[in-house]
Amino acid sequence: MTAPPASVAALLEAVDDDGAVAVDGLRVGRAADGYALETPDEEWTGLAADDLADALEPLSDYVTNWRYWERSVGGEGTARRAFLRWCERAPLELEEAGDEETAAHPSVDDPLSVPERYDALRDGLDREWGQLCLTARLVDDADDDPAGERVYDLWHVDDADGDLADLEVYDDPRDAREIATYDEDGRYRPLKTAPTLPSGWAFTGLSGEELVETVEFFYPATVANWHRELRGTLDVDHWTETAERQTGIYDVLDELPREGVEWMAEACCVDSQCLRRREWEFDEDDALDVDGGDGPFPCREPCSLVVAAARKWTILESEQERTYELELTASEYNQLAELIDAVAEGRTDEIREADVNDGANRYRARYLRAKRFDEEGNLEARRIDDRD
Amino acid sequence: MQALVIAAHGSHLNPDASDPTYAHADTVRETGAFDEVREAFWKEEPHFREVIRTLESDEVFVVPLFISEGYFTEQVIPRELRLEEWDPEKWDSDGTSASQVTLEAEDVGKTIHYCGPVGTHDAMTDVIVQRAESVTEDPDVGDGVGLAVVGHGTERNENSAKAIEYHTERIRETDRFDEAKALFMDEEPEVDDVTDYFESEDIVVVPLFIADGYHTQEDIPEDMGLTEDYRLGWDVPSDVDGHRIWYAGAVGTEGLMADVILERAADAGADIGDAVESVREAVSLETGADPEPSAEPGD
Repeated sequence: MTAPPASVAALLEAVDDDGAVAVDGLRVGRAADGYALETPDEEWTGLAADDLADALEPLSDYVTNWRYWERSVGGEGTARRAFLRWCERAPLELEEAGDEETAAHPSVDDPLSVPERYDALRDGLDREWGQLCLTARLVDDADDDPAGERVYDLWHVDDADGDLADLEVYDDPRDAREIATYDEDGRYRPLKTAPTLPSGWAFTGLSGEELVETVEFFYPATVANWHRELRGTLDVDHWTETAERQTGIYDVLDELPREGVEWMAEACCVDSQCLRRREWEFDEDDALDVDGGDGPFPCREPCSLVVAAARKWTILESEQERTYELELTASEYNQLAELIDAVAEGRTDEIREADVNDGANRYRARYLRAKRFDEEGNLEARRIDDRD
Repeated sequence: MQALVIAAHGSHLNPDASDPTYAHADTVRETGAFDEVREAFWKEEPHFREVIRTLESDEVFVVPLFISEGYFTEQVIPRELRLEEWDPEKWDSDGTSASQVTLEAEDVGKTIHYCGPVGTHDAMTDVIVQRAESVTEDPDVGDGVGLAVVGHGTERNENSAKAIEYHTERIRETDRFDEAKALFMDEEPEVDDVTDYFESEDIVVVPLFIADGYHTQEDIPEDMGLTEDYRLGWDVPSDVDGHRIWYAGAVGTEGLMADVILERAADAGADIGDAVESVREAVSLETGADPEPSAEPGD
């Protein structure tokens, strides 16, 4: 395949303007004895302008790859560009970061060469971003788009192997806001990185800019913080900094006991509840015992949901412990534990109507309430010990 | 490149709280006046804390989608945006006159033009009037009509009432409505007694709130006696004590709010071209102020 004359002409113009271009293994420069051209496989020097144009012609993939990254995408050093390069497994161009650090990041695979990428892009190259499946592909057949232009498709990982005809198809990034607002059961999702994104939709034919915009509506700020993490510049605010910064009704947060912070992290900041990987600790030199999880997105400080919940727990933890005496059979005592566990795991909807062997079965719970609650609807118990 | 950030409260419980923010952001996007437009929230995502880093622009105009100067605009937003040099004194405001201050966000090294809230901008007066027009479906509403501008009011923030009184006074000075009164939920004069404060038979009630929610959709309609139970809904207009109450719901949902956001950014130096005109044109088409063809004069 030969390079489109317009792309070759644009590249030559860029060389004349800037003295040299270099991207993804292609280098073209101007020297005293003529132009020099280099790919990972071949090298030419002392080329006259016409010879350079001829030499570039068979290097279609390199030429259109240059055009896409330098003309369509641009944005050198931006998170947007790095993300789009990650989408097709191109080298990430992270100058500030050490190569080892970047290569060790869970999101980074071995980069592909330009010919390898073009092969993959012709079939569509898939990546996962949380619960999103992103596909980068070439548009070679469109009259309106220059050769080598990429487009992107996006759907739920659960739909990745399905039929597009079964999905609701969108092309406006803003539609992602509505999709991300509710879970499969129509409940509000205040936490965008909760692993509850509904399936059944697809975005197709997005430009690079539109793809990043769409991803940002699904998972706000994840691209920027991922980029910072890759460059080694992720700024983490630990619990104590975040808590001490609060004012107003959240001013109490720094009074939550250390073990309360542990319980909170265990309750909220684990893989089953959030796709973010907790990078913040109790303090810079004081790690929490709870594991930060394996989520794909770095979490750089307690989120607003955690802050709001922490206020409640701070108030609850300020209460005195008491001793209560109540009448329960051994099975009823076990049932209380089963009820708490079922709610904590979000399992109540899965308990079958007639499964009376499960302590959190609704009829079992209603029976316990009928038997053990008094006329005011309170669990019958006697407080026998005032410690204060 | 220049970016606009609309900073709003949002909610962990109510998905509709962010609707006006999204709607106005989209209106501004359509104008193409900014290279980037971003919604940011205290209780949703992207959080104030993370929003600036998602932008490529070096010049960022932050417009708080709040009604008054106070706790959120003076403490929470600047702190969460990491505007280290911020001090409320820099706004040099009497409570309703904050315009903008230029600062740097410490985590990103970008120039942030931190604007006063939409609620205290002069253009907000027009939005209140527009709200009265849209609820009555009368572009000339005013003659024989009283207008009540309703605010939350709170003893914790004296600026909360100032914003309401400021616009009420500006509307009163136009003499468009027979009467214009500022009423409140939590302080005197209270919206519960709305009919006590007006002689006009028709009263348009416009709550100066950003989003419809608990107060505008539950509290205020019940307090005014529009309905026994908000879940049953109410008529517009509703008859209360011999008056007809045209209850408008939150002013923040009015399309013209996008205009106020643009004005705030323009006051802070944003280059917005003819975006204000295009928003006004789009909004007047939306509200269908043009009459049916058969209703031409003389028909």
